[in-house]
Parts: sequence; structure tokens; C-alpha cells
Amino acid sequence: MKKLLILSGKGGTGKTTVASALISLSGARAVADCDVDAPNLHLALKPSGAPERRDFIGGKKARIKPLACVGCGECVKHCRFHAVRIRHDTAYVDEIACEGCGVCQLVCRAHAVRLLDDVAGELTLYRKEGAFSSAELKMGRGSSGKLVTEVKLALFGAAKNEPLAVIDGSPGIGCPVIASISGVDLVLIVAEPSVSGLHDLRRLCQTAEQLRTSVAVCINKYDVNEKKTEEIEAFCREKGLSCVGRVPFDEEIARMINESHTVFELKGAAREALEQIYQKTMLLLQEPS
Amino acid sequence: MKVVIPVDENGKTVCVAFARAPYFLVCDTQADQGELMENPAASAQGGAGIKAAQFVLDTGAEALITVRLGENSAQVLQEAAVRIYRSMDGDAEKNLDALKKGALSELTEFHAGFHGRA
Amino acid sequence: MRVAVLSGKGGIGKTFVSTNLAASTRGSVYVDCDVEEPNGRLFLPCESAASKEVCIALPTFDPQSCTGCRACVDFCQFNALAFIGKTPRLFREVCHSCGGCRLICAVHAVGEQSVSVGSVEVGVSHGVQVVTGEMNVGEASGVPVICAALAEALRLHSELTVIDCPPGSACTVTESISAADYCLVVAEPTVFGVHDLGMVLRLIQTVGKPCGVVINKCNGAFPATELLCREHGVPILARIPYQKELAACISAGRLAVEESEEIWRIFTALKERIGGAV
Repeated sequence: MKKLLILSGKGGTGKTTVASALISLSGARAVADCDVDAPNLHLALKPSGAPERRDFIGGKKARIKPLACVGCGECVKHCRFHAVRIRHDTAYVDEIACEGCGVCQLVCRAHAVRLLDDVAGELTLYRKEGAFSSAELKMGRGSSGKLVTEVKLALFGAAKNEPLAVIDGSPGIGCPVIASISGVDLVLIVAEPSVSGLHDLRRLCQTAEQLRTSVAVCINKYDVNEKKTEEIEAFCREKGLSCVGRVPFDEEIARMINESHTVFELKGAAREALEQIYQKTMLLLQEPS
Repeated sequence: MKVVIPVDENGKTVCVAFARAPYFLVCDTQADQGELMENPAASAQGGAGIKAAQFVLDTGAEALITVRLGENSAQVLQEAAVRIYRSMDGDAEKNLDALKKGALSELTEFHAGFHGRA
Repeated sequence: MRVAVLSGKGGIGKTFVSTNLAASTRGSVYVDCDVEEPNGRLFLPCESAASKEVCIALPTFDPQSCTGCRACVDFCQFNALAFIGKTPRLFREVCHSCGGCRLICAVHAVGEQSVSVGSVEVGVSHGVQVVTGEMNVGEASGVPVICAALAEALRLHSELTVIDCPPGSACTVTESISAADYCLVVAEPTVFGVHDLGMVLRLIQTVGKPCGVVINKCNGAFPATELLCREHGVPILARIPYQKELAACISAGRLAVEESEEIWRIFTALKERIGGAV
């Protein structure tokens, strides 16, 4: 199974839009949405059937028994995450700030602290036509990397025999991105021709380089700033990264997503550009890593 | 020499995962029977590779036979001078025999962690 | 007044709104909490900025004092410690820096060392005090850098502090909005935008902060967005039109309030509406 991951660095460059076009063009039946903070791929792909859902245990959270607490404040003093506070002489835990380290339990003289499993999100798996794996992280949680890994494992488990898996990643360069890059054959970065876009592209490429992963780049809405587009292409040449195509700005693309059409209903230069990106990406994927 | 092999629920097939394998078979090149032990890291929230590698160290094993291994686990084992061998197709018993005959090669490539961290 | 600007989905215009909001008030503070990809200073470049390292405390182990009891290894919820040979060994990417191993050691064999995870830069640009948090590439969590950037920003006195938040709804976002009096949510009139707007509004309601919405890239009404705001009882404070010239201006790294009379008026009115709500 070849694994293609689509990233962007900066948000809003068109990652999910390009991912859904590539999924349609390749006919890939193994798909994952690893943007667990804000999963959107299901809105573009509209998977059918009832999905399997399961809770995701992210870590632990501390809970203080108010009647057992003697208000000594040791927990507040030692918590490095400012997650324990005193109110009316009793300590309580801020569920969002708590990292489940257990220090408050360690220093509590009154045995008033419990460390409990935290349901930090929900995983969904559609299996009617191939496999579509996704998840949503509960707000304020910090286990996004682990959840991303579970989304991928659920996909690989359900679609073992598929030749191609397409994974829609998340913005940024932190934990969920690092977790999504692990084990993929190719990262396709959807870049935006702007000062911010180029800045974030550099940092994302640095991240991928540290993880020794092959990278290809495509430029979305390239004609909004052709000068920046050239700068991005020059950057790719400098780093030895394949530039697999550039898509012109086209309002039809936004309408395609908003009205749930597929790339096959798109016409003109934007369609041609997406087809070219698809062809070149597939060729790169066939190369031995 | 004590050897550890990660195995599936059936206790016989070599598990494709190391840190998340349900059981470890702890066997001896000098003895017939191995002992099946639960992997304490199987459902760990994070750092599973480190915890599983610690388990291997604590058995006193001198070698591990596995399909693949993460960077963190590899570091723990290498620092403790535990030899790491690449598993061949087949069940645990077959792999142990191969090890005794010197037919297994060392595992030298380790994959990046799966990031259980916040 | 401290206003956090957030959006849920990326690329909707958080940085566009926060930099222009800050630039429309002389002496305001702009703090960039999108520490993985800080972009604000591309629009508010500072000539001479002072930079401070952000460090976290990681444990160190003294082999001379260590008795090998392994209480620290067993305590660690994150399995960041392995006991090899004579002492525990730290795996730093997995360590949460909670200090527990140090507390539990009965023979004081666990010390601490300071390790850099990023930086906070402070400067001035276009009449705005600019604070930028930047996480080192390869770090897993930006939260310590966000905390440091916010601490720096809150030290500066100003009538208006604008907090530019990261995308999403994870711990980085909740940390960024923790100090805010008001949350300004930037929304986009698309199917993806509506979905993520709902998610962000729920987050803000959970933490209990007053909020309002700005619809960006607006080309006429998108009923789904308007309906969602009504359902949540959240006011729409401004609608920023989609204009190709505006997109070009942003892509070149320029401040729209300095180039467009219309945008200047929109942001001035927006500021007044927020002020009225706080």
C-alpha cells in the first residue's frame, strides 16, 4: 500500500480541496482525515452508511474529591500547568489545563485525588465503500498526535489490501503533523503564493526533512501572486523538491465543495491543473522510497 | 540465552508490532518451553515503545526478535546491549530455531515514533 | 481590553483581522500565539526586536546518588523514563516536564536542566507593540511558548491587546484565549467554514467568554453562517468583502487598513462594536 499525505503548513491553502480532488481522480478507496482538530474531509466526500464509532482515551485527568480535600494547597503549589485552583477552601482541577501527570495526587496528604481515564475524542470509521477513517478531538485536549496515529491505524487495519491510501493532514508543524508524517511514502504540500504561505512552507519542509520524508509541492491559487509563485518554485528547485503543478484561482472550485460536486464536474484550466498534479504525484509515489 | 519475541493473541505468531503487541514470549535458547507474558505497554497512553523496551530489559533477555522497531525502543535496547534481530516469516518457534542456527540477521533500520505525546 | 481572534479552521483570516485591528489603534499590542507558524510579523515587521528564549525544565539524573529504586520510572505517566544500567534515562519528546520524578525521588538524585523550546520576540511596527512567539521546529508542543508570549504581552500596557490564535480547538487554542476578555471569531462563508464555526462557538461557550463573529471573504449572504450565529445568539459584527485587490495586498504582506479607506472604516467600526460589548 502506498501512502500519500497532504499537508499545507499554513491553513486555508486548499489542502482538503486538493485531497478530495486527488481521491476522486485516483479512485482511492482508503482515505483518512487526520485534521483531528477540525475534520472537514467528510463534508467533501460524503461517505455513506453508518460509521463505527468509538471513544478515544487520550490520557488521564485528575479529579479532586471535594469532601476529602482539606484545602492545604500543596497541589496548587506543585502543579506546573496551573491546572489546580482553590475556591472556598477546596481545591478543584481545570479539566482543560490538566495534563494528567499525577503530581497533585503524589503530594496530596488527604488522598483526595483520583487520576481517571479521559475520553478525549471520538473515532469514526466508514466501511461501506472501502474505508474512510476520521476523528474529532475534544476541545482543549492535547493528545492530537496519538489520535492521529489511531486514525491511521484504523484505516490501515480496515483497508489492508488497498494499493493507495490518501491522508488529509492538519495545518501547522507540531505534534499532529509529525504523527501523520510517520510511515508515509510521500508528502504533498499544497502551498499558497503569499508571504505567509512561503514562510510556512519553509518551516513545514524543515519538519519533513527532520523526519526524512519525501516531499512534493503544488501551488494553489497561483495567479493571485505570480511573483510569489515563482519564489516558491525557486525554493523547490533549491531544495530539490518536485513541483508537481499549479492551480489557478477559480471560484468554481469553492462552488464545487459547497455544492458537493466532484472534480469531474470541474472544467477548464483548474481541472487540467488538478489532473496534472494527480498524474505527477502518482508517478512520484511509484518511485522506490 | 534469554530471548524475547512479541506475539499475537494466539501466543504463537510473531506480532507485526513491538510496543503494542498483546504478549511477549520469553524463551531460552537452552530450554524448550517459553513463558507467555502480557505486554504492560499494550494500552499505554504514550511512550509505549519505551515501556515495552523496559519490559524486555527487565526479563534479563540478551536478544529480541521482531518484525520492526521504533527509534525509542531501539535506543533503550542498544544502550543496554540487547541484540536486535529481524524476524523472518513464520511463527515464534521457527524464529527461535533460526536464531539458534545463526540464520537471523540483525535489524538495523528503526522507524520514527508514532507520537503519543500532547 | 484583550481580544482573542480565532477561527477553528485555518486560512480564514485570523492574522488578517488581528494585524489590521491592532494597526487601527495606535499603541495597541499584537501578540502572535500561532507559534508553529507565526505570520503576524510579516505584516508588522519590527526593525529592532528583542528576543528571549523560552525554556522548559527537563529532569537530570545523578548516577552517584541514584539507588536504582525506580520510583521515578514507575511514577511517570508518560513513560518518558527507562532504567538502563545504573540510572534512569530520559526521552525528552515524551516528557511533559511535570516535575513528578524530582518530587518522588527519596534521595534527591533528580535535578533539572533548562532546555530551549522556542523564543518570544518583542518590537514595534506601524505604531503597534508586536510580540511574537515562535516554537523551535521539531518540538511537539507549542504551549510553553504560547504561555511565555502571553506573559510578555500582558506586561505591556495598552488600551487594546489583540491575541492572534492558532487554528483548531486543541490545547494551544484554549491556552491562547485564557487571558482574553472577548473572543472575535473569524468565519468564512463556505461549507467547511460553517462546520468549523460551530465547533469554535461551542468551545467559547464552554469556557464562558463573550464573543462576536466577523465574516471574511464575504460575497453576498451565506444563509448557513447567518443561521448558525443566530442559533448561538452570537452577533455578526462585520462583513469583510472578498476583493481580488485585497487578496493581492495580503499575499504581498501589506496591511489593508493602510491601503483601503473602506477596510479602515470597517475595522474602526468593528473596534467600536467590540468595545461596546466588553
